[in-house]
Amino acid sequence: MHRTGELYGHFQTLDQQKETATLGMWVFLVTEILFFGGLFLAYTINRHAFPTSFGIAGNMLDLSLGFGNTVVLIASSFTMAMSVYCAQTSQKKWIPVWLIATLALGTVFLGIKFVEYKQKFDHHLIPGYHFDITYCSNNPAACGLSGQELADEQKEVREAIDAERDYAKQQSFSDPGETGIAAVNAHAQLYFSLYFGMTGLHALHMVIGAGLLLWLISQSLRGRFDANYNTPVENIGLYWHFVDIVWIFLFPLLYLINRHLA
Amino acid sequence: MLVANHSEHIVSWKLYLVVLTALLIGTVGTVQAAKIDLGPWNIVLALGIAVTKMTLVILFFMHGKYSPRRIKLVIVCGFFWLAIMLSLTVADYSTRHQEPSRSQLQELACTRSLNV
Repeated sequence: MHRTGELYGHFQTLDQQKETATLGMWVFLVTEILFFGGLFLAYTINRHAFPTSFGIAGNMLDLSLGFGNTVVLIASSFTMAMSVYCAQTSQKKWIPVWLIATLALGTVFLGIKFVEYKQKFDHHLIPGYHFDITYCSNNPAACGLSGQELADEQKEVREAIDAERDYAKQQSFSDPGETGIAAVNAHAQLYFSLYFGMTGLHALHMVIGAGLLLWLISQSLRGRFDANYNTPVENIGLYWHFVDIVWIFLFPLLYLINRHLA
Repeated sequence: MLVANHSEHIVSWKLYLVVLTALLIGTVGTVQAAKIDLGPWNIVLALGIAVTKMTLVILFFMHGKYSPRRIKLVIVCGFFWLAIMLSLTVADYSTRHQEPSRSQLQELACTRSLNV
């Protein structure tokens, strides 16, 4: 394809070229909104159907790790915005600095996510044969639970079992698999399937974003971006901010909305 | 060398800092609000804060406020389509009869076999 500097032959100006690319990026992000939207919808419907079991499962997430990750990701959106600012103002030396900061924060996010996943694995909260919502209340030492925390968790588990039993009675279920602890475990597994599905897809987007950042860093170190041409910085920035927005919704929905019951 | 005519708006780093501060305050706020029992309003407040944070990110970090109108149209369309998906599916689920459970099906099967 014919190209003059950064300008491709089928565009008249760099501005026109950038606007076209940005419009295309936004159209892609709209498909991503709907992509994640489907998962949020599945979460909403199932949470509405099994509020107590979803509540107890959600309260088993580590709030401080979730909060820390939210702060890290918001900070990385800021550093990304700063790299776009430095590109727009032709501060070429600062572009890779802010990009590296963004990549570092993104890596910290994924590291914390790994710690969380490992913790869920140790606590028998991975959906499947070994899933057991009562594992931590029965083995408090293995989960580092004691005192008030342990009492709270045991109380929550009991309440969830009662709620499922009442529901089964009201619906006149007779199968033991549909009531009590079996029902809590079934519905808590539904919650954790959605938790791993949604945060896993989000983490996959972060990994792809980290790859894109590596490429941006190498290009910016060669001095490719300035006030005239910075389309890749701007558009990868849009992608990064979008991934941040997804987390802005995942955090309250997965970690927070049942905390007041704990 | 071709030079762009710089019609784009450059958001100042000071504004980015203000947005960052607002987002962090929102994050702390949503955690604190979640610990208070507000009944059904907990979820409303949590989503309200999340929507506010998202709006700040789109308007300033993503330059939505300074974008040409066709890009604004694409952004609005995206949320409009999301609203269609959410509202019609929720409307369906909230008005549909629940599927029979395992035990209800078994009961049904028993009644039928007795009748035969």
